[in-house]
Amino acid sequence: MTTIKTQFNRRSFLKSSALTGGGLMLGFSWFAGCKASVKEEVGMVLPDEWFDINSYLKIGDNGIVTIFSPNPEFGQNIKTAMPMIVAEELDIDWKDVIVEQAPYSQKLFPGGPFGQFSGGSRGIMMKWDALRMAGASAKHLLKAAAAQKWEVPIEEITTKSGKVFHEKSGQSAGYGALARAAVGMEVPEEVPLKEPKNYQLIGNSQKNVDGKKIVTGAPMFGIDYQKEGMLVAMVVSPPAFGMTFKSLDNAAEIKAMPGIKDVFSFKTYNDGYKKSFFDVNAFPELIAVVGNSTWEVMNAKKAIKASWTATKASSATIDRFGKDITVNTPAGLESTVEHNRQMETLFSKPLKVVRKDGDPARVFKEAAKIIERSYSAPYLAHNCMEPMNFFADVNENQVHLAGPLQAPGLIEPVVAARLGVAEKDIKIEMTRMGGGFGRRAYAHYVVEAAIISQQVKAPVKLMYTREDDMTNGIYRPTYQAIYRAALDDKNNLVGLHIKAGGIPESPLFANRFPAGSIDNYLAEEFAIDSNITTGAFRAPRSNFMAGAEQSFLDEIAEAIGKDPIDFRLELLKRATDQPVGEKNDYDAERYAGVLKLVKEKSNWSSASAKVHRGVSAYFCHHTYAAHVLDMTIDDEGQPTIENVTCAIDCGIVVNPDAAKNMAEGGIIDGIGNAFYGEMTFKDGKPAKSNFHEYRMIRMSEAPKNIEVHFVNNEISPTGLGEPPFPPIFGAIANAMYKATGNRRYHQPFLDGKAVLG
Amino acid sequence: MAIFNLKINNVDQQVEVDPATPVLWVLRDHLKMVGTKYGCGIAQCGACTIHLDDVAMRSCVLPISAVGDKAITTIEGLSEKGDHPLQKAWIQHDVPQCGYCQAGQLMSAAALLKDTPSPTDADIDDAMNGNLCRCGTYIRVKAAIHTASKM
Ligand code: FES
Ligand code: FES
Repeated sequence: MTTIKTQFNRRSFLKSSALTGGGLMLGFSWFAGCKASVKEEVGMVLPDEWFDINSYLKIGDNGIVTIFSPNPEFGQNIKTAMPMIVAEELDIDWKDVIVEQAPYSQKLFPGGPFGQFSGGSRGIMMKWDALRMAGASAKHLLKAAAAQKWEVPIEEITTKSGKVFHEKSGQSAGYGALARAAVGMEVPEEVPLKEPKNYQLIGNSQKNVDGKKIVTGAPMFGIDYQKEGMLVAMVVSPPAFGMTFKSLDNAAEIKAMPGIKDVFSFKTYNDGYKKSFFDVNAFPELIAVVGNSTWEVMNAKKAIKASWTATKASSATIDRFGKDITVNTPAGLESTVEHNRQMETLFSKPLKVVRKDGDPARVFKEAAKIIERSYSAPYLAHNCMEPMNFFADVNENQVHLAGPLQAPGLIEPVVAARLGVAEKDIKIEMTRMGGGFGRRAYAHYVVEAAIISQQVKAPVKLMYTREDDMTNGIYRPTYQAIYRAALDDKNNLVGLHIKAGGIPESPLFANRFPAGSIDNYLAEEFAIDSNITTGAFRAPRSNFMAGAEQSFLDEIAEAIGKDPIDFRLELLKRATDQPVGEKNDYDAERYAGVLKLVKEKSNWSSASAKVHRGVSAYFCHHTYAAHVLDMTIDDEGQPTIENVTCAIDCGIVVNPDAAKNMAEGGIIDGIGNAFYGEMTFKDGKPAKSNFHEYRMIRMSEAPKNIEVHFVNNEISPTGLGEPPFPPIFGAIANAMYKATGNRRYHQPFLDGKAVLG
Repeated sequence: MAIFNLKINNVDQQVEVDPATPVLWVLRDHLKMVGTKYGCGIAQCGACTIHLDDVAMRSCVLPISAVGDKAITTIEGLSEKGDHPLQKAWIQHDVPQCGYCQAGQLMSAAALLKDTPSPTDADIDDAMNGNLCRCGTYIRVKAAIHTASKM
């Protein structure tokens, strides 16, 4: 039997009645009152009294259970999946569960800055033990309460569907009847966990718990947040990277505009403040304009006249996950043309060697044939459909913050430091996010909202316009890579050489496949400083490297006359049987597993001649994903993606249909970014500011069908938000080559044109 | 500032606003009906889709002064109990990911079904191409429209 130590994370298991104030702080203060609709919506009778069992759940006197989903939801569907894990161990029927978003609380959900973090595809993986423990230990308390009441040994007590049974005596009771007594029971040192084969709920698809609210337009996003007396705020930032605020030139005129309360400039961080890795902000000083309504503030924002000046080069020490690093920010107005030239120049200079196996110099010197290819990808904007926004109400007693953010634990200390308040006086509500994709881990907009509220002494909702959202930085960096392969005179792959770099970071993962499968291997990198701010974007760095690598492997396979899947499997067999080096970052057998599954499910060996197929596989964020993409192309060169077959190994799949939805989303988003995604710069200015310029994938361009298959195993679950995304870039490149005979090396592949040529 | 008498989801409403104010902000700011979403403000994303007398419109570029006596329907009024065939089909197919674009998707789809009760894939593409979804729920949106058309 699996057991789990309950003292790990013990503090979160303090009975909440023992907490100051008792119980949980809950509920959003929406005007429209979501609360009232809960009863009607869930179609269940609510209890008269709730009993707090631990920070993850409370049980009503009628047996209804409320489960709190600890991490913020941005579409990855953890708000359904996380409570499912608790319910599984608790042995409660899903129909008797109400799910609520937990507030941010180190006391209730300890775990440091990343305790309630959504990002890096790590939500389910990091909370797997805690969620199971929450359910299992609550179940134990109920059993203990029954054992005491019936005066029988706890070992003889069983549970099922929200009920406790003592078979010998024929007694039974509902969880609701035992909840009051359960609160007083002792939390044991250890509780047993279910074996995966006994799961009832995990592995059975459940609908999104917010589905009804979403389809009826109920208020639930940060942008929907309202409070009596709330003002609307917007910011104006410099017109280009490399520029900074100098003066606000028509404040009096702006203040006289209808509905406008105030206009002023402010610094997001205090001078000399030591930033953390996630405190990236493009422009240190902004202009805020505050008024009664969005439209009035938008008009005033347009009318603002300000002067800007060039920034100076600077250097700062930044705390990167507890380690100090130096970040240099150059002066100047940067352009994409110049960036590309800078990167190309560096490839001919000595680079930083990150990994070397064997004697790559010799095999390349002696090679019968060398294949060398260059790849590039542009900056990307996140373009979450809900633009950045946040609610802040700062008064003398407390700071109330509410809105969309991925990392409340990172931003709370930042707000505390900036406003000079104690962290305990800050309350953060996490609203459903209209997308995140990494962007909302950089929550400078929360600090901005708080400063504005403090200045105008009123509750404020800070809203970014789409233009602000798209031109304010935190882009996916731009990257380039050169892949080189050495073949001997028998057409064996004997050496691989990767050179990769980017602005402002290198995309290289030197220890990932195909490292470990090739005797002679060299991986080198470079990075170039920039004043254009960047950040994590769905599967950072992998989202470029996977496409380049998987496209290059296809070219090698073709050059040596092998089937692309068989070729990859041969390399993986080598990495399994006789791995080269010791630091390989992947499990070659699981990697091969998804390739074999996708080969089988796509009928790889018997494909129709009319479709052009591309395969690709990648491992990142602890999950393995492989795709086979089928493309057709009409007489005008218009590509259609007929089908994508996808195989994934993420261990146990908690909520299969939702997991498929996530994979479909990653695939469609990946196709969109591969075909169209691009941000460029001229003289520091982003070339695109809204969706008329920034091309996003639309319905008619999505694949007609996507089939998702999961490897069936009992390995603890890992994430899904990112892993299906990177490999699709390679699958597309490989299918496009089959369709046209031309290989695309530079993203976006359709480069403004709708057609392939 | 001017006074406008509106009929929204069969309810009479009166607002006093700048005549140039887009319907989107009248709904969201003045009437506290926040189901209709802002995504771009320039009729490029469809998040703000409403019906004006059964025709799908982008409310972010529709000045309140242009409404006249036409009836406005928003996501909140698509059905009384959230049981429009599209809403049911959306739940059946578990369409949403983040959910932000979905009110707009539903309103565009509802206008399509009024016009074309049994749409083909091509009809759906035409009607829905103006609605962006960064999460990539397009396949499920399409499947749900087909399901609803058969209800
Ligand atoms: S907000 Fe109206 S179309 Fe985008
Ligand atoms: S569901 Fe997130 S944008 Fe469509």
